[in-house]
Amino acid sequence: MSVLKREVVPIQTSNDVVLARQKVRQWAVELRFTLVDQTKLVTAASELARNALDHGKGGTMAVEAIVNGARSGLRMIFEDRGPGIADIDQALKDGFTTGGGMGLGLGGSKRLVNDFSIESEVGKGTRITAVRWR
Amino acid sequence: MERIPVLRMGSLLLITIQVDMHDKLALQLQDDVTERISEWGSTGVLIDISSLEIVDSFIGRMLANIAAMSRVLGAETVVVGMQPAVAITLVELGMSLPGVRTALSVEAGMELLYGALKTGTENERLEA
Amino acid sequence: MDNLAEIISQNETRLRSEWIRTMSSAVERADLISKAELDEQCASILQAIAEGVKAGGAGSISGAGWTTARELLSSISASRARQGFSPSDVATFVLSLKQPLFIVIRENLGREQDRLFETIWSATKLLDSLALFTTDAYIATREELIVRQQQELLELSTPVVKLWDGILALPIIGTLDSARTQVVMESLLQTVVATNSKFAIIDITGVPTVDTLVAQHLLKTITAARLMGAECIISGVRPQIAQTIVHLGINLEDVVTKAKLADAFALALQRSGRAVVRTTAGPTSALAGLLKKQED
Repeated sequence: MSVLKREVVPIQTSNDVVLARQKVRQWAVELRFTLVDQTKLVTAASELARNALDHGKGGTMAVEAIVNGARSGLRMIFEDRGPGIADIDQALKDGFTTGGGMGLGLGGSKRLVNDFSIESEVGKGTRITAVRWR
Repeated sequence: MERIPVLRMGSLLLITIQVDMHDKLALQLQDDVTERISEWGSTGVLIDISSLEIVDSFIGRMLANIAAMSRVLGAETVVVGMQPAVAITLVELGMSLPGVRTALSVEAGMELLYGALKTGTENERLEA
Repeated sequence: MDNLAEIISQNETRLRSEWIRTMSSAVERADLISKAELDEQCASILQAIAEGVKAGGAGSISGAGWTTARELLSSISASRARQGFSPSDVATFVLSLKQPLFIVIRENLGREQDRLFETIWSATKLLDSLALFTTDAYIATREELIVRQQQELLELSTPVVKLWDGILALPIIGTLDSARTQVVMESLLQTVVATNSKFAIIDITGVPTVDTLVAQHLLKTITAARLMGAECIISGVRPQIAQTIVHLGINLEDVVTKAKLADAFALALQRSGRAVVRTTAGPTSALAGLLKKQED
């Protein structure tokens, strides 16, 4: 697996979430994903970026164009130095939220991509990787 | 600060969302809609999202909130023009927006609202 | 291992012609590849192998020195796959280099038994790795082809039909898995927008079984259509399906279902404010016709 291109953007304000969406859209179009796949990627990016901002107190998003054998894909890595997630399994269940309101948890975002992984340590931070293959 | 315009058409409120909204803008819209319904006594709200290429859980909640709050204030809400890719993604995300009525187009939406108004409020005259 | 590299380079022409000769008797496909093209490919490979051994040694072919050889074998293998050669054709292509190579090695090192054994052993391991690598590359290309064909098949097998102004029908034939559901959803929703249709009848007469998963897929499609402002009616529910649905406790409360497509169509017409009216007198029965004749 190799990384062909990589860019990192900050996620510190709610406007950054919009910029993150636009960045992912741009890359998805360039990598020639179908419209539905583009929409899934951008929506996942929006969810995860917002998560990094609201729950993780701000962080970064890295977008990468990756290649694995014959497959090409887009990888997004969201990192924050927030409080971390104590129970990852719980966080992935639908309906779970630590903030008020109708939380969907991270399970929704997981369904929008092909590969999804969470690394988190309470008190240290969280790192979520999401990949969609073409 | 920029806001999404809320237009009045008789007893209806017409909102066309064309920009990529950041969270504050969405919350501002929620406030504006409830204010206007109270101010103008509107009985119908039509939200046109045919230009929206992304509806994430935040925007989804906003739409559900607007529908719920409007109903409490005596107005029906219809969301029109959702794009296929957006509908597919929302469903995958797990959002089905119960309590939010939908229509294919602005015309269909208005038909729905006027229809609802006719059956719901026989005493009030309809202003078009 | 400088010996191996030298041996290959110094005997290149001979190795090449012997290789092609050995290969042809094992894998005669003159219809798929011309002699000239084959000759060229073998020359490039021999050169790449010699370079690889010199730069990276014969121990492993994953290093940088073997990049040229790997890329060469990958592309040759891919084109073989597309041309219709079999996997063993492709492996034999590489392995038939062994015999000529061993002969040349023995000529050069015949007197030194230990070095002879070592070199032949390295050569055989090397060619085995190259053959395996080539076969893997072949399989990857075939899989890509299969995936693409599956995609095309999926798209062909879910037509969306316009029954009437604003009423669509989507007959599903075969199993409904998640891949198919994606295609069905996209196809249906795009047609809904294009034709401004408020009703979509999903006919599942051709779906063999409806278990919880299939029901979930159907519900996803129905929900997505609803989000857009269109309503789905499920038709073609066979008695066994109805039983399975109840037994599994699948909740279809919000979904309108009909046994027959005709019933679903009638419902859609009614819901869209239309009625079918007879404009001419109906055909008389044979008995009525007879009776009328008698009267005349």
